Amino acid sequence: MNAGQPQANPDTVPKLLVRNAQVFATRSAFREKTLGIWQTWTWSEVLEEVRALALGLQALGLGKGDTVAIIGDNRPHLYWTFTAAQSLGAIPVPLYQDSVADEMAYVLDHAEVRFAVVEDQEQTDKLLSIADRLPRLARIVYHDPRGLEDYDPDRLTSIEALQKTGRAKLAADPGAAAAWMAGVEAGKGADVSVMLYTSGTTGRPKGVMLTHDNVVISGRNANIFDRFTPEDTMIAYLPMAWVGDHIFSYGQAFAGGLTVCCPESPETAIDDRREIGPSYFFAPPRVFETMLTQIMVRMEDAGAIKKGMFHYFLKVARRAGENVLDGKPVGLVDRMLYGLGDLLVYAPLRNRIGFSNLRVAYTAGEAIGPELFSFFRSLGINLKQLYGQTEASVFITLQPDGEVFPETVGKPGPDVQIRIEEGTGEVLFKSPGVFHKYFKNDEATAATKTAEGWVRTGDAGFIDAKGHLRIIDRAKDVGRLNSGALFAPKYVENRLKFYPEVKEAVVFGNGRDFATAFINIDLVSVGNWAERNNVIYASYQELAANPQVKDMILKRVEEMNRSLAGEPLVSGSQVTRFLILHKELDADDGELTRTQKVRRGFIADRYGALITALYDGSRQAHISVEVTYEDGRKGKIEGDVDIVDVPTFPSTAATLKEAAE
Amino acid sequence: MSSNTVMPVAPAAGSTAASTQPAEASGLAVAAARAAGGAGSREDRARRTGEVILSVENVSLSFGGVRAISDVSFDIRKGEIRAIIGPNGAGKTSMLNVINGFYFPQQGVITFKGEKRREMRPYFAASSGISRTFQNVALFKGMSTLDNMMAGRTLKMQRGILWQALRFGPAVNEEMRHREVVEKLIDFLEIQHIRKVPVGKLPYGLQKRVELGRALAMEPELLLLDEPMAGMNLEEKEDMSRFIITINQHLGTTIALIEHDMGVVMDLSDRVVVLEYGRKIADGTPDQVKADPKVIDAYLGVSH
Repeated sequence: MNAGQPQANPDTVPKLLVRNAQVFATRSAFREKTLGIWQTWTWSEVLEEVRALALGLQALGLGKGDTVAIIGDNRPHLYWTFTAAQSLGAIPVPLYQDSVADEMAYVLDHAEVRFAVVEDQEQTDKLLSIADRLPRLARIVYHDPRGLEDYDPDRLTSIEALQKTGRAKLAADPGAAAAWMAGVEAGKGADVSVMLYTSGTTGRPKGVMLTHDNVVISGRNANIFDRFTPEDTMIAYLPMAWVGDHIFSYGQAFAGGLTVCCPESPETAIDDRREIGPSYFFAPPRVFETMLTQIMVRMEDAGAIKKGMFHYFLKVARRAGENVLDGKPVGLVDRMLYGLGDLLVYAPLRNRIGFSNLRVAYTAGEAIGPELFSFFRSLGINLKQLYGQTEASVFITLQPDGEVFPETVGKPGPDVQIRIEEGTGEVLFKSPGVFHKYFKNDEATAATKTAEGWVRTGDAGFIDAKGHLRIIDRAKDVGRLNSGALFAPKYVENRLKFYPEVKEAVVFGNGRDFATAFINIDLVSVGNWAERNNVIYASYQELAANPQVKDMILKRVEEMNRSLAGEPLVSGSQVTRFLILHKELDADDGELTRTQKVRRGFIADRYGALITALYDGSRQAHISVEVTYEDGRKGKIEGDVDIVDVPTFPSTAATLKEAAE
Repeated sequence: MSSNTVMPVAPAAGSTAASTQPAEASGLAVAAARAAGGAGSREDRARRTGEVILSVENVSLSFGGVRAISDVSFDIRKGEIRAIIGPNGAGKTSMLNVINGFYFPQQGVITFKGEKRREMRPYFAASSGISRTFQNVALFKGMSTLDNMMAGRTLKMQRGILWQALRFGPAVNEEMRHREVVEKLIDFLEIQHIRKVPVGKLPYGLQKRVELGRALAMEPELLLLDEPMAGMNLEEKEDMSRFIITINQHLGTTIALIEHDMGVVMDLSDRVVVLEYGRKIADGTPDQVKADPKVIDAYLGVSH
């Protein structure tokens, strides 16, 4: 493809499409599995589809500055709607397809949406149910007509019908194509290209406005960073409303001419991935976690020979795999064994999970367990972490090939600058991806974006000796011990939760002399251990009170303390005393949010007596709390909880002490 | 009333439908439909239902000395959803077996599409446009969803076994056509994710859906469903009900179903026939049947 190197860098997505249709005309742009067969559209076909759709939308009344909601699973037609709207100067607003109607109502109203392009009946029904609250919503455009035959045709139109209108217009009026093209040419990089609503853990969602420059330059830079070419393929299965999908499957795909494959349905995504064999893949940690569990469960069912082989070569991989992947020196024997393992185990396994052609995989969003991370890497899967957010058009830092450390989130991406704020440790960044502003919320914009263009991430972190960024916690959660040392509860909790025996941990210490922890054991993992070791128990409470379990957890906490001692900034957060809670933290009791996040303040109130005991030196504490059973009845669980002292270790990394000051 | 009295029934209404009811009855029904406002979906659907596609007249069936069905008459009209209900052992499944030709009644006449039924193999019933699902799922457990549904197309295969075995030229083209029909059904039933999974590994609710898919693959005019929702949870029942309605409305398939969930029966069906101990005790719209004292007695018991 050297013949068609782009001359100039187009500055908007529709211009990228026009370029791709010339340069990569016959290359595949989108694939979608329908009726069991992968259908392919080339870049020139996509241009034709988008143009027809744009003219259809125009006929419907869509114009410059209007907003178009896009709701549905990843479908080529919905991606094209983005480009079609952008080519008319309109702003697409993707919504999470699994939001309930009420949540959508707020965003649709706030974004002043006039048209909504949706996937199917499900989304149409949701919109119709809130239509009386949305006086601006003029029309719903749908993709899949099933079940919509009897709906009011005055409110609904199909994408197909719009494209037909568009094509008829093109056929009837020879100037139509040129007029559309002129509209595309008139677009500027500084124009707003998309509005993405952040899910918002606190308060109402905010509409992050990204410009074409944000999306196009971020996409291009990411392609340069990992050397993506039009040969690369990815599978689009994460929500289109999420900035990650918008940059990967849209920005990067258009900027680099990559192929985007849309699965047949969310349920088939895994099989479809295997059929496609993407070379670029993104997934949040929990997807990798599920994958690992499935592999392990299936291996349990395998025959003795296969099982033996699997476990033997897994050991080899653990020893040598990551070094092979990073191109570091590996002994001859290990290298040969690894080669054999690749032939017998790793390659078939990669094929099984659809990673045969994988070149780059990213994970982000939350902390990934180092063991999980290393497992995939040792199999020869180039899994890396990145750190980003909507306001940055994703990329803030990425792990370069060969410089992958599980505890860091990598180095600043191309053209990205980062700065750690004195005192709070908050990470600030400046990049070509910095968002334009929040829609109709200047107050929030001002609070996030400084006058010099730095954006506050809300996360506290530091740059380590290797030049990599390490995130420790949400900036607002970071506190101080009485000694003045930084206290990062979530960081410590995550470290504890990486141990399979620990299900949940709540760490206290802000404004105290030392850090302490409540721990919930994992009933599956510890229960499994109990079964194997003939420990008899009848309930969570009984198992939690078992002295052997206590010792097991003590060892884990000690292990963590030792490793924390080696980390600057957080070495003060070592857990000095802990207790194992007599009941599991539960969303029904208000201790966790529905998304299983710890509600620290609530827990501190509810278990106040235990916290006092953790700090007053007592060996045991009595606690009684009210619980809600599944059928709504209330009851009380009480018990005596032992408090365990843990050895702590002096900090072995004082090098970056100044960052903590 | 004798057990085989036919009640006047609303679905006879409609100008295009060739009514087989006596003129007065039809007039009554029209009046009734008008009185009801005629705006509800059931009335809309009733107007679309047309001539009798299958009629059962004075049918009796016995196995040795056991009378499974005695002197039952009813009909099924084109485009309707007809439910057969009754307590356990009432003869519902036997009735379905009679309809699809698996049993041949000792007495009585069955007319399907204007033609009197002779004794025949179920194969012929199937090729004449009746397909069914079973009370206990009867799929090929070791075969995939796709293969099971392709099996439903067997009757539509034109090329002989030799062509199929060679899988060459016209046989391949034909298979592609059949595959397309099946793929559209897979899409319709939302079972893409189990396309290649052996049916034996699937949960029960999905197996039922696959079985429905196989029955539909035959593109039947009359679809018999034997307890399509038995053993399903609420969500699965809702899904299945939705499929049944869509099949009826958009594919225009006439459906006769046996079901124990009264809520489902009353919501789905246009007309209900009630059997007890092999006899018909009531026949009419769900509302009529619900109000019938005999039906109430049969289901709730009689106070003595």
